[in-house]
Amino acid sequence: MTSIPVSSRAGWQMKKPSIIPGFGLTLGFSLAYLALIILIPLSALILRTTSLGWSGFWAVATDLRTIRALETSFGTSFVAALINVVFGVIVAWVLVRYRFPGRRFVDAIVDLPFALPTAVAGIALTALYAPNGWIGSLLAPLGVRIAFTKLGIIVALVFIGLPFVVRTVQPIMEEISREIEEAAATLGASRFQTIWRVLLPGLQPAILTGFALAFARAVGEYGSVIFIAGNTPYQTEIAPLLIVIRLEEYDYAGATAVATIMLIIAFMMLFIINLIQAWSRRRYGYGA
Amino acid sequence: MAPNPVKVRRRAGQPPRHSAVTESPGARLGLMAIAFAFLALFLLLPLVSVFVEAFRKGAGEYIASLVEPDALAAIRLTLTVAAIAVPLNLVFGVAAAWAIAKFEFKGKAFLTTLIDLPFSISPVISGLVFVLLFGAQSVLGSWLRSHGVEILFAVPGIVLATIFVTFPFVARELIPLMQEQGTGDEEAALSLGANGWQTFWYVTLPNIKWGLLYGTLLCNARAMGEFGAVSVVSGHIRGLTNTMPLHVEILYNEYNFVAAFAVASLLALLALVTLVLKSLLEMRYSAELAAS
Amino acid sequence: MDVRVVDVRKEFDRFPALHNVSLDINSGELIALLGPSGSGKTTLLRLIAGLETPTQGAVFFGEEDASQKTVQERNVGFVFQHYALFRHMTVLDNVGFGLKVRPSSNRPEKGEIRRRALELLDFVQLGGLEKRYPTQLSGGQRQRVALARAMAIEPRVLLLDEPFGALDAQVRKELRRWLREIHDKTGYTTVFVTHDQDEALELADRVVVMSQGRIEQIGTPDEVYDRPNSPFVYGFIGESSSLPVRMENGAVWSADRNIGLSAGDMPDGEATLFFRPHDVELLESSAGGCIVGTVVASRRAGGTRRVELEIGGGSDRIEIEVPAEHPAADKSSIAFKPRHWKLFPVQG
Repeated sequence: MTSIPVSSRAGWQMKKPSIIPGFGLTLGFSLAYLALIILIPLSALILRTTSLGWSGFWAVATDLRTIRALETSFGTSFVAALINVVFGVIVAWVLVRYRFPGRRFVDAIVDLPFALPTAVAGIALTALYAPNGWIGSLLAPLGVRIAFTKLGIIVALVFIGLPFVVRTVQPIMEEISREIEEAAATLGASRFQTIWRVLLPGLQPAILTGFALAFARAVGEYGSVIFIAGNTPYQTEIAPLLIVIRLEEYDYAGATAVATIMLIIAFMMLFIINLIQAWSRRRYGYGA
Repeated sequence: MAPNPVKVRRRAGQPPRHSAVTESPGARLGLMAIAFAFLALFLLLPLVSVFVEAFRKGAGEYIASLVEPDALAAIRLTLTVAAIAVPLNLVFGVAAAWAIAKFEFKGKAFLTTLIDLPFSISPVISGLVFVLLFGAQSVLGSWLRSHGVEILFAVPGIVLATIFVTFPFVARELIPLMQEQGTGDEEAALSLGANGWQTFWYVTLPNIKWGLLYGTLLCNARAMGEFGAVSVVSGHIRGLTNTMPLHVEILYNEYNFVAAFAVASLLALLALVTLVLKSLLEMRYSAELAAS
Repeated sequence: MDVRVVDVRKEFDRFPALHNVSLDINSGELIALLGPSGSGKTTLLRLIAGLETPTQGAVFFGEEDASQKTVQERNVGFVFQHYALFRHMTVLDNVGFGLKVRPSSNRPEKGEIRRRALELLDFVQLGGLEKRYPTQLSGGQRQRVALARAMAIEPRVLLLDEPFGALDAQVRKELRRWLREIHDKTGYTTVFVTHDQDEALELADRVVVMSQGRIEQIGTPDEVYDRPNSPFVYGFIGESSSLPVRMENGAVWSADRNIGLSAGDMPDGEATLFFRPHDVELLESSAGGCIVGTVVASRRAGGTRRVELEIGGGSDRIEIEVPAEHPAADKSSIAFKPRHWKLFPVQG
C-alpha cells in the first residue's frame, strides 16, 4: 500500500523519476554557480536601480547626453545589422551553393569576429579606415570620412555582427530542398522570381533571427567601437562608453541608470523577436 | 530513384545544382565577387593589417615590444585568468548539461534561458555589476576591504568578470548535444552494473568529448580576448591588472602603435589558431558536434 | 500532347544513368514508369520535364523539339514525392503561383488567378482550405494541392515523381483511385514514376518496366503481368518462383527428372524456369512429368497456404501456393506442374 501515496503525488513532483544518478549533485552545483556568478551580481544592478528612485532614474534617462548615446548605439546597430543581413545572406548563399577552391577557408574566416578579441578588431579597423589608413586614404580625397564618425561605428558593428547572420541563415539555406526550386521552375518562374518569391520569403524567419542577434550584439559592443568611434559626446558616443565614463566619474547612479535602460530595451527586443518567431512557427509551422 | 546526382557531382568539385535551378554563370560570378569583396574588406584586411602594423618598424622592434616587462606581465595575467575561468566554466558546463539533458524537471526551460543570459548582456554591463557588488560604495565591498580582500581593480575581479562573460560557452555546446544523445547509453551502462562516475567516465564523456573540446576552445578564445567587462573592473594598473587586450588599449592610446599591434598580433594568432582548430573539429567530427 | 523520347542517354560524371532509351507516349495516356531504385525511372521523368539535360538524344512534345527549351518554357506540370509546396504561402497562393509568375503579357488578372485557383481546389476536393498553410494539411491533402498547382498552368504533360511515396498505405490507395478519376476527367497526358507494382498495374494504361538504366518491357498491365519478356520483369512484377533447369531435345529437366514441360524449339542448354506460385496444378502421383519437392517450411497466408519446397534433394528451393486445407506436412512430398510458365536461357 505504500506505493499509492507515491503515485498520487506524481503530478506534483519536481522531477520525473529516472534511474540515472547525479541529479541532485549536478543541478545543485549548477544552481549555486549560476547564483554566485550571474544572479547575485545582476541583482546588485537591480537593487542599485531601485535605490535610485524614480525621479533619479528619470533624470538620467532624460538627460540629453544619455538620449544621444542611446540613439547612437541603437541607430548604428540597426544600420549595421541591416548591412549584415544583405551581405550575410549573399555570403551564406555563396558558401552553400557554390563550389570553389578555398571554400573551406572562406567558411572559416566568417567566424573571425567570434575569435578575434574586440580590442584587436578595434585598432585594426581604425588603422584601416583612419584618414591615413589603407582604405581611409582612398576615401579621404572623395570627402568621405569613416573613422571617428558614425560611419566608423557602423563599420566596427558590421565586423562583429556578420557571423551572426551568416551562421543563422546558412543551415536553413542548406536544408532548402532542391524540389522547392525545381517546382518553381516547372511552374514557369524565372531564376530571379524563384529566389525573390520562393527562397527568400522561406528564409525570412532565419534572416529575422540573424538580424536580431547581430543587432543585440552590436548594441552592447564596446571594444571594437571605442577606437574607431571618436567618442565625441552627443555625436559618436555609444551607450556602453557612457556607462564607462560615468563609472570613471564615480557616478554609479548614472552608470546604473544607463545600463538599466539598455538592458530593458535589449530584453524588449528579444521578447519581440521571440513573439515574431512564435507567430511564424504557428503560422507556417517553422521558425529558425 | 536515379543514382544521387548531387553526390556524384560534388565529388567532381562541380556546383551541386543542376542548371535548371541555379543562377547564370554571370550572376554566380557577380554574387561571388560581392561576397569575397565584402569579406576581404571587413574581415581579411583588418586581420592582415594587424601583422603589417606590428612589423612596421621591423622584427627587432616587434620582439622588443613583446619582451618588455609590462607586456610579459599582461601575457602572464591573461594566461592565469583563462587558466582559472575556463576549467570552472567547463565543470559548470558539464554539470548543467547533465542536469538539463538527462533529466526532466520543472523550470528547465527557465534555467536554460538563465544560462544564456550573459550572451545578451553588454560586456560593459557585465563588468558594471561587479563594480556595484564589490565597489568601495557597496556594503559588501567595504566589508571585504576592511578584511584585506581586494576584488575590484585586482585579479579576482578580472577573473569573475571573465567567468561571467564566458559562462554559457561550454554548457551551450553540450546541452543540445547531450539532449540529442538521450539517456539510452547511460541506462544501458547502469543496468550492466556501472556506478554513476563509471557511467559518466566510460560512456558519457567519450560521447561528448569533441563537443566539450569545441565549447572549451570557444570559451578560451573569449576568455583571453575579453575587453569590455575586464576593462571596467581592472583599474588598468600596468604590470598588475592589465590583461593583453587592456595592454593593447593603453599602448594604442599612448600612440605606441607598433607595440600595440605587436601585442595585438599575439591575440590575432590566438584567434587564427582557434579558427583552425574549430574548422578541423567541424570537419572531422561534425556528426558528433551539436547542430548549433 | 504526345511525347516522344528518342534515343536518350544520360550520364552523371561518366556514369550512365540511362542507356539510349526511346519511348512513345500517346496523347491522353496514363503511363507508369516502374522499376527498382537506380533503374533510371526518375532520371527519365526529369529529362522529360527539362530538370535534367540529356547527354545525347532528344525529347519531343508533339512535333516540337523540347530539348531546346528550358524547364520554364516547357510548360510541364511536375508533382514531387515530397510535395515541394511553398511553405510560406497559403494553399491558394501555392496553386496560383504558376500564373502569377507569368510575364505580364499573358498573366491573367488577379481576380481571375484567384478564381481559377479556387476552382482547381474544388476540383481536387479541397474547397474551403484555401487559407491554410501547407504545414496545416495532411500528407494526402498536400499532394492534392501539389497536383492542383501543377494543373493550374494548364501543362502540356503532367509528370508525377513517386506521387504517393511519402503517404501511408490507406491514403495511398485512396489517392490512387482519385488520380485515375482526375486523369479521366482532364485527359492530360500523364507520366508517373513508381516502384510499387500494384500502383502501376492498377493505375496505368501502359507500364514501362525499367532496370539499370534500360527499358525492359513496355505494355499494358495485362501484357507485362501475363507475358513478361525477361527474367527481370518476371521477377519484379507479381510473385514468381524460379528453378534452374536444363533443356535437352525439347524436354525440360530439373536435376535428373524430366518435368514434363515442353521447351519448344529452344536450343539445348541451361535455363531458368519461371512461374507464378499460385498458378500451379497439384498432382496426386509423382510419377511422370512433373516437379517434385520435399516440404521444408509451410505457413498460412490468407486464404491459401505457402509451401517452401526443396527440389531434387539439392539446394534449390521454390515457393508454391496450395489450398489452405492441404496438410503439407514437414518432409512430405508434393508433386505439381505450373499452369503458365516461361523459360529463359541462362546467358553466357
